[in-house]
Amino acid sequence: MSSQKINWYKYAAPANFYPLAGKMIPWFAILTALLFVAGLYVGFFVAPTDFQQGEAYRIIFIHVPAAWMGMFLYVLMAIYAGVGWAFNARLASMMATAISPTGAIFTFISLVTGSLWGRPAWGVWWVWDARLTSTLILMFLYIGFISLQSSIDDPRRADRAGAILALVGVINVPIIYFSVQWWNSLHQGATIRIANKPTMAPTMLAAMLILLAACWMYSIAVVLVRVRYIIREREREAPWLVEAVA
Amino acid sequence: MNWAKFFSMGGYALYVWGSYGVTFVLLGGEVLLLLKRKRDLAKRESSPELEHRSSQIETSFQEIQ
Repeated sequence: MSSQKINWYKYAAPANFYPLAGKMIPWFAILTALLFVAGLYVGFFVAPTDFQQGEAYRIIFIHVPAAWMGMFLYVLMAIYAGVGWAFNARLASMMATAISPTGAIFTFISLVTGSLWGRPAWGVWWVWDARLTSTLILMFLYIGFISLQSSIDDPRRADRAGAILALVGVINVPIIYFSVQWWNSLHQGATIRIANKPTMAPTMLAAMLILLAACWMYSIAVVLVRVRYIIREREREAPWLVEAVA
Repeated sequence: MNWAKFFSMGGYALYVWGSYGVTFVLLGGEVLLLLKRKRDLAKRESSPELEHRSSQIETSFQEIQ
């Protein structure tokens, strides 16, 4: 299929994007539910007990996907914010705003589940090591982005201020990722690497990846719902919107 | 299958179920907040007067979600 047949720029306009997103949301919601059920089934009924950590390791199935989502969504938020700023594309800025609460929630989940895993595995709820501290900073970056934007009345100025913060903060993401290699850490190293075979049983890996997919579908669904509300709030005078909502 | 054994999670029930509990409470809470936002939006869109009065409140809560 030739890429020229699809005019991608068309969907950069909120008037075209709003109905398209509305049609996509139910599908992502259905996929979210199916993948969560499948992932939890494999994680709790198929994956074997870990020979070192017993049943406590089952926290990994939600901890790792949540931690990855926190990082992925931050990068995605920064890209959208940057595009919105550089090309004066207001829909991209609205996407960044829509992603931020979901990213913050996943980062918070990764911190809490990590703490609940750290207690039985390490004997402590929290340590100030590089991985945990840089993830906490990620959480603060999300909170900073959200509060900075909500403190500025003019939406386009709020978008620009948020973009600067988001882009500066992106440096923290590789720091989180490589922290376990660069510094001594209680936190275990990466279980999945691009160059090597994963060091876990296939069914364990499957549960984790299915739940990762579930988290992605969830994120897409809630971000699309939220960005539609943001469009409605910001562009409520627009004639196309009056028609679409009525 | 032994359900009591399953729910005890080899003695790690608090940590394992706590992790999944926190996750689903937070994700469910996010969905509920979005549904509330939808209701509030529909209410404002149907009454222009209310929209005018609540414009200040709106800017403070719209970014929270």
